[in-house]
Amino acid sequence: MRKLLGRTELVPAGLLVLAFIAGAMQSKYFLDVRYLLDSSTLYVETGLLAIGMTFVIISGNIDLSVASMTALVACVSAKLMASGWSMPAGCAAGLGLGLVLGGFNGIMVAKVKLPSFVVTLATMAVYRGIAQVLLGAESVKLPTSFIGLDMQHLPGHIPVPLVVLLTVALILAIVLHRSLFGRWVIALGTNEEASYYAGLPTSTVKISVFCLSGLLAAVAALMMNSRLGVARFDDARGLELDAITAVVLGGASIFGGKGTMLGTVLALFLVAVIRIGMGVANVKAEYQLAVIGTLLVIAILAGNLSSKMTAKR
Amino acid sequence: MQSDAIKKLIALREVGTGLLLIGVVLAALAKNPHFLDPKNLNSILLWIPLLVVVGMGQMLVILTRGIDVSVGSTMGVAGIVVGMLFRDHPGLNIFLGAGIGIAIGCLLGAINGGLIAWAKVPPIIATLGTLSAYRGLAFIVCKGEQIDSNNIPESLTDWTLKGPISISGITFSWLMVWASVVAIIVAYFLKSSRTGRDIYALGSHPEAARLRGIPVPKVTFLVYSVCGALAGLAGVLYASRYGFVNPGTAGQGFELTVIAAVVIGGTNVLGGSGTVLGVLLGCVLLGTINVALAVLGIDAAWQMLVYGLVILIALTVDSYLQRFLRKMDVRN
Repeated sequence: MRKLLGRTELVPAGLLVLAFIAGAMQSKYFLDVRYLLDSSTLYVETGLLAIGMTFVIISGNIDLSVASMTALVACVSAKLMASGWSMPAGCAAGLGLGLVLGGFNGIMVAKVKLPSFVVTLATMAVYRGIAQVLLGAESVKLPTSFIGLDMQHLPGHIPVPLVVLLTVALILAIVLHRSLFGRWVIALGTNEEASYYAGLPTSTVKISVFCLSGLLAAVAALMMNSRLGVARFDDARGLELDAITAVVLGGASIFGGKGTMLGTVLALFLVAVIRIGMGVANVKAEYQLAVIGTLLVIAILAGNLSSKMTAKR
Repeated sequence: MQSDAIKKLIALREVGTGLLLIGVVLAALAKNPHFLDPKNLNSILLWIPLLVVVGMGQMLVILTRGIDVSVGSTMGVAGIVVGMLFRDHPGLNIFLGAGIGIAIGCLLGAINGGLIAWAKVPPIIATLGTLSAYRGLAFIVCKGEQIDSNNIPESLTDWTLKGPISISGITFSWLMVWASVVAIIVAYFLKSSRTGRDIYALGSHPEAARLRGIPVPKVTFLVYSVCGALAGLAGVLYASRYGFVNPGTAGQGFELTVIAAVVIGGTNVLGGSGTVLGVLLGCVLLGTINVALAVLGIDAAWQMLVYGLVILIALTVDSYLQRFLRKMDVRN
């Protein structure tokens, strides 16, 4: 029981319940299960980014470029498919591009030895900049056969994107918590120097973590293309904020070494419920942004405070 | 020996930025011989002041190993609030208006500083959060309404249009005067004041700085407050420069341009080194690049890519230069 109470996931779980109650009080449409399930498809892309971000943050880094990678992959794969590439080829190219973009971040951090926040701040601009140069203000239509993944349902009105998200989360939870690679990521975030002297391939782990983030951003891009039916350079703008907020709310330490996949997924649903609730209550986009930004700061403050208290005890 | 090496590095970086500037100008001249016409020179000169004012604050922050990505939103809030004051009280003294802008910016910067210095929130996360929060605040304050040009006093827009010096069609505007004043104060403060030296010490080695008795949290708090105050001033200058303030677009994305100017000017993102002169060169370079893009007919779509690339190139060059110097040090 005490072990259960000490778990960091308790915070997002409790807040999730509170958010549900608050949402239900706002509007009677909020607790419509079909509406909630359908709305969840809007947050699957954010979720994929948050799952990649969990690895990056636990390794002691940050990836601000995730939303830009999503936008660039969305634009490039849409352009390829529009120019006659087959669906599998276009998807494969998109996933490959995601790996390359993430790998570039990783190499800049691991080999050129630059702090991840400046590297990814720069590539955040560069990747979206490339997408903007490629497409300008126009939008690329996707082939009709590719559109509508978010409209597919499993029995019980469960949307397919949600299943994809939960499957990815489950697999990567096993990787993070049960595999050697996962231990390495946590070790790297706990103490990089010690990991290096313990013989861990620190550079490789770092590059892999950023590659994973890029790959998941690419998966998110493909799902976004299928959902929206068109690709634009300003797709996914600002999603990095929601993703980082979810990871930190989920109990991951922004200084690395600590965090769980379950926490991220719970916090992700929390962010989604808050967003859906604000949507139902007609809160303007800019105000929503302010709420999420404030939430991020508060989450970190709370995390710092609780770790201080445990340290004193 | 080591300080010699650092001096050499800084000199080298400034020469590098200078050469890059000459390269951009020559490339632009080759494509368009009218690039250095008074009209274009004037638009470069109008680009620089906002960059310099915000860049000086950003430089102080980066010197301490920090970063402030909320400056664009701070500009927005200050611009909106001061714009509203001018709208509702048309007789308001413009210097008082600028002072209020600085005060608002300082307050927002102090929130960042408090979060970073005492609550120990990492700078990128704290300011990423306030980047969104302050942008939302700008909307809340004005209820989404833009401050139109007829609400901005003429005496304020004159800061942009007029100046004390005007030679053969090239105006050194009041905006440039204020930016120069800011740069001179910051340069003097960094070089000659105790706190200025503390900022360098803190960025070079935070732990050593603490052990030497430097009040690390106080210095950190101060740096973010000053950065915010300058962004607040820039918000008022924005109103003068553009003649209107929109809560969504005022200062939006400006953090990227500013960070690009500061790092291409030789300020090391790992903290502890950078000069006002270097940052000024970086601002002139970015202003020139900006106008060059427009004059050469390159689509505005390239802007973001160019800024990002500028940051990446500066970072990579700095990283390798530093490693090279360290090797030289070991050999000596």
